[in-house]
Amino acid sequence: MQLTLWTYEGPPHVGAMRIATAMREVHYVLHAPQGDTYADLLFTMIERRAERPPVTYTTFQARDLGGDTAQLFKDAAREAYARFKPQALLVGASCTAELIQDDPGGLTQALNLPIPVIPLELPAYQRKENWGAAETLYQLVRTLAVKPTQARVKGESKPRCNLLGPTALGFRHRDDVREIRQLLEQIGVEINVVAPLDATPADLARLADADFNVVLYPEVAHQAASWLHRNLRQPATTTIPIGAVATREFIREVAALAGLDPDLAAAQAQSRSPWYSRSVDANYLTGKRVFVFGDASHAIAAARVAAIELGFKVVGLGSYSREFAREVREAATQYGIEALISDDYLEVEAAIAAAGPELVLGTQMERHIAKRLGLPCAVISAPVHVQDFPARYSPQMGFEGANVLFDTWVHPLMMGLEEHLIGMFRGDFEFHEDAAPSHLGGPARAAQPAVAPALIELPVPLETDTGKQEAPAATILAAWAPDAEKELRKIPFFVRGKARRNTEAYALSKSVPVITIETLYDAKAHFSR
Amino acid sequence: MSPVIPIQLDGGCSNAPVLRERGQREVFCGLTGIIWLHRKMQDAFFLVVGSRTCAHLIQSAAGVMIFAEPRFATAILDERDLAGLADAQDELDRVVQRLLERRPDIRMLFLVGSCPSEVIKLDLSRAASRLNQRFMPQVRVLNYSGSGIETTFTQGEDACLAALVPVLPVQPPQAEPELLIVGALADVVEDQFSRLFQAMGLKRYAFFPARHASALPAVGPQTRYLLAQPFLGDTAKALESRGARRVASPFPLGAEGSAAWMHAAGAAMGVSAAAVELAIAPARQRAQAALAAHRPTLVGKRIFFFPDSQLELPLARFLARELGMALSEVGTPYLHRQHLAEELAWLPAGTQLSEGQDVEKQLDRCRAARPDVVVCGLGLANPLEAEGFTTKWSIELVFTPIQGFEQAGDLAGLFTRPLTRRQLLAA
Repeated sequence: MQLTLWTYEGPPHVGAMRIATAMREVHYVLHAPQGDTYADLLFTMIERRAERPPVTYTTFQARDLGGDTAQLFKDAAREAYARFKPQALLVGASCTAELIQDDPGGLTQALNLPIPVIPLELPAYQRKENWGAAETLYQLVRTLAVKPTQARVKGESKPRCNLLGPTALGFRHRDDVREIRQLLEQIGVEINVVAPLDATPADLARLADADFNVVLYPEVAHQAASWLHRNLRQPATTTIPIGAVATREFIREVAALAGLDPDLAAAQAQSRSPWYSRSVDANYLTGKRVFVFGDASHAIAAARVAAIELGFKVVGLGSYSREFAREVREAATQYGIEALISDDYLEVEAAIAAAGPELVLGTQMERHIAKRLGLPCAVISAPVHVQDFPARYSPQMGFEGANVLFDTWVHPLMMGLEEHLIGMFRGDFEFHEDAAPSHLGGPARAAQPAVAPALIELPVPLETDTGKQEAPAATILAAWAPDAEKELRKIPFFVRGKARRNTEAYALSKSVPVITIETLYDAKAHFSR
Repeated sequence: MSPVIPIQLDGGCSNAPVLRERGQREVFCGLTGIIWLHRKMQDAFFLVVGSRTCAHLIQSAAGVMIFAEPRFATAILDERDLAGLADAQDELDRVVQRLLERRPDIRMLFLVGSCPSEVIKLDLSRAASRLNQRFMPQVRVLNYSGSGIETTFTQGEDACLAALVPVLPVQPPQAEPELLIVGALADVVEDQFSRLFQAMGLKRYAFFPARHASALPAVGPQTRYLLAQPFLGDTAKALESRGARRVASPFPLGAEGSAAWMHAAGAAMGVSAAAVELAIAPARQRAQAALAAHRPTLVGKRIFFFPDSQLELPLARFLARELGMALSEVGTPYLHRQHLAEELAWLPAGTQLSEGQDVEKQLDRCRAARPDVVVCGLGLANPLEAEGFTTKWSIELVFTPIQGFEQAGDLAGLFTRPLTRRQLLAA
C-alpha cells in the first residue's frame, strides 16, 4: 500500500486509451465500474478533442456483481461493434474488473466478430500509464502488422520509414510529428506510416513497407519497435531529436539508416537557437542552476540541451519513468549528480528545494512546486495540462523545437541586459533583484528596507579537560550591524549569498560578536587569499 | 410545506412516467465528492483506499488543482496487498500512522472505500474502529464508501454524511426543537441563510456538515431536518433513525425555491409566515430582479439534461418556472420520489424524465431533439459543442454556490453565458 497525494501517471488502461484515441477505426471495450468514464474528460477537456474517445465502458455496479458481469461485457462488446463498426477491437479490464476475472478476451472471441480482437492484459496493480500505452501499441502491431512474403527491396524508391510513438494526450506530439515529418521529407526520406496518431488498423498492416523506424517516444514505442526489429528486420533510431545538437545527430543517424548524404546546412536553415545562445545577450545564462524532472526521454534530452546548448548547470535530474531508470542514472553521472527516480511528488519537491535551482524544467507538478518555492519554471514533459496544448505550432523536436525550447526556457528568467543592469546598479531603488522581470509584468516594487539584523549562532567553546575555563553564557550571538547589512546588499545578488556565508563563517572563526563593515571586508580579504 | 405556496402533490410530474435505462453511464463515482467535502470540513482528511485509477480520478476531476498539501490522498493497493503477502489492515495502520504524523492538524479522518477495496471486501469499518482506539480523542476515524459500484457522484457526500450521523452528539432530553440544515453548502451561502434565519427570529438552527470536527451538531427527536441538497437519501434515513424528522420542501434554487425553503424552515420552527415573508422580502426582490435580466435570453429555449448530480430536477423546475425554458429531457442518475415530491409537483406536466443512463441512446435522443442548451458532463461537452450544440458543464452546477436568493441570478447566468457566447462568436 502506497500513500499517494498526486500521481504522475494514470493507470495502465489510460495508456491504452491514449493509443485507441490516437488511432482511427479502432474501438476499445473496457470492463470497468461506473466512474471510470472520468478518463474521457482527459481527452475532451485537457486536449480539447472534438470527439469522445472511442471507448465503451461496461460501467457495472454493485448489483451487477451478484449477477452476470460477463454477460454485461458481452452485450457491451456486441453493441459497440454494431454501433461503431471498427476495423479492430481492443478489449480489456480496468483495475476493478481485473479483480473479478471475467476474461474480456475470451468473452469477445466467443462473439465471433468479423474483425481482429486484441485482448489487453494490463496489470493495474503493478503497472502505470506509459507501460499500458507501450503494451497496447505492441499488441496492436504484433497482431496487425503483416509480414511480407518478399523482403522489401532497398533502393528501388526513396528510403521510407515509419514514425512511431505519438499518442493522444501526448506532450506536443501533434507538433513534433509535423516537425519531424517535414525534416525527414526535406532530407529525402518518405514517411510510410505514423502510428498510433491518426493511423488505422489497415495502416498498421503495412508497417513492413518501410526500411526503418523512427522512435519518437521510447516510453510508448520502444517495445513495438523492438518487435519490428526482431520480426521484420527494421532497425530503429535511438536519438531523440530534442535540441539542435540532438537534431543534427538524429539527421546523421537517419541518413545512415536510409543510405543518404543529406544537406545538413539546408535542413537547419530555420535553426536560430544556437545563434541566440551565442549572442552576447545570452551571456547571463552561463551557469544558471537548473533542475530537470519529467518522463525519461524528455528529462534526459532537456538536461543535455540545458548543459550544452544553453550553458546552464544541471543541479538535478530525475524521472518518474521507472522503466527507464537506468538511462536516467547514466545521464545524471555526466553532470556529476545522482538521478532522482521517484513518483513521489513530495520527494521531488524536497529534492528541488534542496538543490536550490534558479530554473525548474519539469511537468505540471513541478510547475506547482516551483510556484510555491518562488522559482521560474518551464514545462518539458507530461503529465499535461490544458496549457500544454497551445493553439499555435509549438513542437519540442527538430530545429523549430529547439527554437521553442530556447524561448520557453529563457522567457521565465530575468532578461540578459536587465540582469546586467541590476549587477551594475546594485543597490538601486528600482534595479534590484527582488523586482520581478520587467517582461513578466507587475508594478516595480521598491527595494525592501533592510530588516532587523540577522543573528548567527556561535558555538559554545569546547570544554577543556580542566573544565576551569569560564564558558560564556550558553551561546554568543553575532549580529549583522545595520550598516554592514546595507553594504552586503550592494554586492551583486548572485554572489551575495556566498559573501554572507563566508562573512558569517569568518565571524564564527574569529568569535566576532557583531559583524561590521570592517568584518565584511576582512572576510573578503581573508577568503580572496 | 410552505403555507404560502400551495403545492398540488398530484399535479405536475408527480405521477409522470420515467424512462429507466441501463447501459454505459457517463458519470463520476462518489469519490469525486471529496473535492468539495474537504473544502467544507476544514480539519478533515480523506484517505481513499483504492487503486491508481482512484488517485488519477480525483486529481483529474479537480482539474489538477494542486494545493500546498491537499487534505486528501490515496492509499494505493498493490499486488502484495491483493495476493495477501501483506496484511492490508496492517498496511493501512502504517499508512495512517505516517499520515497523521505528517498532519497533526487533522481532527477527523475518513477512510474512503473504493471499487477495488469493496470488491476484495477490505473491511474499513473494522480498520476505523481499531484506529479510533489508537487515535481518539485527537483524531476521530470514520469510514464510508465512495466506490463507483455503489455511488454516483454526489452520492459520495450522502455516504460521507450518513457515516457522520452516528457520531453526532445526543440532544439533551427536553431540548427545544432545533432546525438542522443538511447538505454541504458554500460558506457564503450558509452565512446568508444564517442572516435570514436570524431576521425571521429563528434562533435554534445548525448546519450539517459543520466546518470543524469540534462543531458537530447534536441530533435527537427534537431535530427537524431540512435538506439543502436533493441527493441525501441515506443521510436522511440515518437522521431519522436517531429520531429526527424531515421538513418537506422544494430545494433552495431560484427565488421561488429559496422562498419555499425558507417558509418550510419557518413553519417547522413555529415562525409565522408573515415573519418569514418580512425577513426574506428584500432578498427575494433582489433575486427576482436578477432573474428578470436573464429571462429574455432563456425564455422559450429548450434544454436537455444528461444525468449527473441529482440536482437536475430542481434545476429544471427553476429554469422552467422562473425563466420560461422548455424542458426537452430531464435525466437524473437516481430519482428519490419522496425527497423530490415537491419538485415533481412543480415540474410542467408532460416533462420527459429519465433515470439511469445508456449514454449512446441518450445521445441519439439528444441529437434528435436538437435542444438549445445541453447540460452534461465534461466527457460529453466538447464533443457536443463540436456537433453544434451549446452546452453547460454540469460539474460547475455542483462546484459553484447556486443556492439561495443572492445566487439565483448567478445560477441563471450559468445558463445564459454559453448562449450569449455562441451569439458573440462570429460563425
